[in-house]
Amino acid sequence: MLEEKHHFKAWLYLSPALALLLVFTFYPIFNAFYLAFLYNFDYMQRTAEGMTFTTEGINLFHNFRRTLQDDLFIRALINTLIIVFVSVPVSVIISLLLSVWLNSIKRFQGFFQTIFFLPYVTNAIAIGMAFAVIFHREYGLINMILTSVFGMEEGLNWLGRVSVDESTPAIRAWFQRYLNLPMLSLMVFITWSGLAFKIMVFLSGLQSIDKQYYDAARVDATPKSRVFRRITIPLLSPMIAYITITSFIGAFKEYTAIVGMFGIDLGPHGDANRLITIVGLVYKSLNEMDSVGAMSRAASAAIILFMMTLVLTLFNMYVSKKRVHY
Amino acid sequence: METIEIRLENLTKVFQAKNKEETLAVSDLDITIPAGKLIGLLGPSGCGKSTTLYMISGLLKPTSGKIFFGDSDVTSVPPEDRGIGLVFQNYALYPHMTVRQNIIFPLENIKMEKKEAERRVQYYADLVGIGHLLNRKPVQLSGGQQQRVAIARALVKEPRVLLLDEPLSNLDARLRLQTREEIKRIQRETGITTIFVTHDQEEAMSISDEIILMKEGVQQQKGAPQDVYDSPGNMFVAKFLGSPPINIFDGEIKDGKIMIGNANVGRVEKKKNQPVVVGIRPEGFKLSERSSFQVKVEFVETIGRDTTLIIQNPKASKDQANDIENEDMNRANTFRAIVDADEKIKPGDSIKLNVKPHKTFLFNPETGELV
Repeated sequence: MLEEKHHFKAWLYLSPALALLLVFTFYPIFNAFYLAFLYNFDYMQRTAEGMTFTTEGINLFHNFRRTLQDDLFIRALINTLIIVFVSVPVSVIISLLLSVWLNSIKRFQGFFQTIFFLPYVTNAIAIGMAFAVIFHREYGLINMILTSVFGMEEGLNWLGRVSVDESTPAIRAWFQRYLNLPMLSLMVFITWSGLAFKIMVFLSGLQSIDKQYYDAARVDATPKSRVFRRITIPLLSPMIAYITITSFIGAFKEYTAIVGMFGIDLGPHGDANRLITIVGLVYKSLNEMDSVGAMSRAASAAIILFMMTLVLTLFNMYVSKKRVHY
Repeated sequence: METIEIRLENLTKVFQAKNKEETLAVSDLDITIPAGKLIGLLGPSGCGKSTTLYMISGLLKPTSGKIFFGDSDVTSVPPEDRGIGLVFQNYALYPHMTVRQNIIFPLENIKMEKKEAERRVQYYADLVGIGHLLNRKPVQLSGGQQQRVAIARALVKEPRVLLLDEPLSNLDARLRLQTREEIKRIQRETGITTIFVTHDQEEAMSISDEIILMKEGVQQQKGAPQDVYDSPGNMFVAKFLGSPPINIFDGEIKDGKIMIGNANVGRVEKKKNQPVVVGIRPEGFKLSERSSFQVKVEFVETIGRDTTLIIQNPKASKDQANDIENEDMNRANTFRAIVDADEKIKPGDSIKLNVKPHKTFLFNPETGELV
């Protein structure tokens, strides 16, 4: 009796949060899976020709197959993977080194801490616009430095449209298509704006490491690099694992940075969708709501993204189980 | 292993806080620590003993003064070049490494040949009795085992000096007893000059070859534990050593007699009449019919072979330092006398006590110096 009463109370107290979760999280997830398996779904009419697995002659993964055949999706996929596998390791390593440095200085520590934390409280779109100016071809800071300090004749067209020369060897064409100057600029921006939070987490982790470990290492004449490798990194590994996993998930969902720097065309002027990501693609599908099956393809793209994120996160967790010392 | 003597010359450490407030932690310390001995640095917390230890290790820089290892001045030598082994109060074992990795770590730093390093790890692990635990992580060990790992890690590079900072403070009473014997054994076997810091007088007295008693950064007395106990140089030393602690009375010297109230408890030659503090060790009393020191017994505690009488006397003083061990005995104006358990004494009895002269010390009430 008493138990039941408690159950009731528990559910009662949980209900506001549960209601919100149901409406804004669980229902959309369920709905995305549902949409991805509808055949010829017409969003305007709210009609579909059944489910893919009940319709005769139609493959179960019909929508997924059409998504994967879409060149724009492939481009979004490759861009997303580049962002994930380049920006995350780079920013984790940079922020780790910066926080170790910050932790080791005595003067101006608070000052630098504030500087590094500023991006975290600044709007991503605003930062993106600032970066767009920094990378500007004519007035940008970067080109100014390149021409005046490094003596280049003219600055680089960081954010300009990319022309892909199909006659060059395939690898070169691939680089022109994906690892181009706009992508590099974007990467600098994403890495930089991700530093703040990482530095904060790493710094608090470093400050909670018992100083006696370092005294002990010092008495035993441990070289600095070895102290970093054998003591700092292992003792910081829970934070590193946490940051790595959350950063990977965040990078898979990257979208705002591109809007911030390039606007809603998701690419340089006259070169729309050059830097499109999967989330960008899903969002853009809203423009094609009236075309039959578009919503289902967007849903399937979202599910593919979800699956990739899931697999990588599971892999991350598997690795951290072996490598993280709690 | 070579053994060396350590010499501290006018060693002083001043800590400066952010608000420029200065704290004198160690003041003008002049100590010679003989080679191959086990020395206990003893004192209440905040007396500068740990600061002294860390200055010897090199982790703290002295404000002034010099430190010599043997004949060489190491004052400005960094800790890694001093050839010391240091055991921290919390052991500072690397939690992510196994016992083996912890102990071999200092040897890897000096790039010792692998075979020799492995051999040494096994040797020192066996010496401290943890040879069978090499593959465990520190969290899987008891406090005592962790402490031995820390000692093995400090010894494995065969340092010239072993420094231990409150090595037993994290252990329970039983382990403490066992481990302190262990430390003494290891020190004997290796013959390494060892300094250890403690606030526990019993611990220091039981294993040190010599103790150095400190208070507020100043050395109070140095010597073999029993010598210091038997002839304390001042009231602080007398009060700090001994368990149960020494009894303190307000008394006076009158015509060559030591008086506590109206009772004569002894005689002194060639001292002018003056008020004094009389310190009498609990074991310094004897039942005697021919005494003028008549008291009434309040409580009786019999533990094993000894009976402790707790006696009220208006001249006995209550003092913080007097009751480090037993807080429940922290009653005003009482003193303790240890007598043979064969004596059948009940609470409320009136008894007469004689006082043994060599257990009695007279101090100046103002300065605490010996009269």
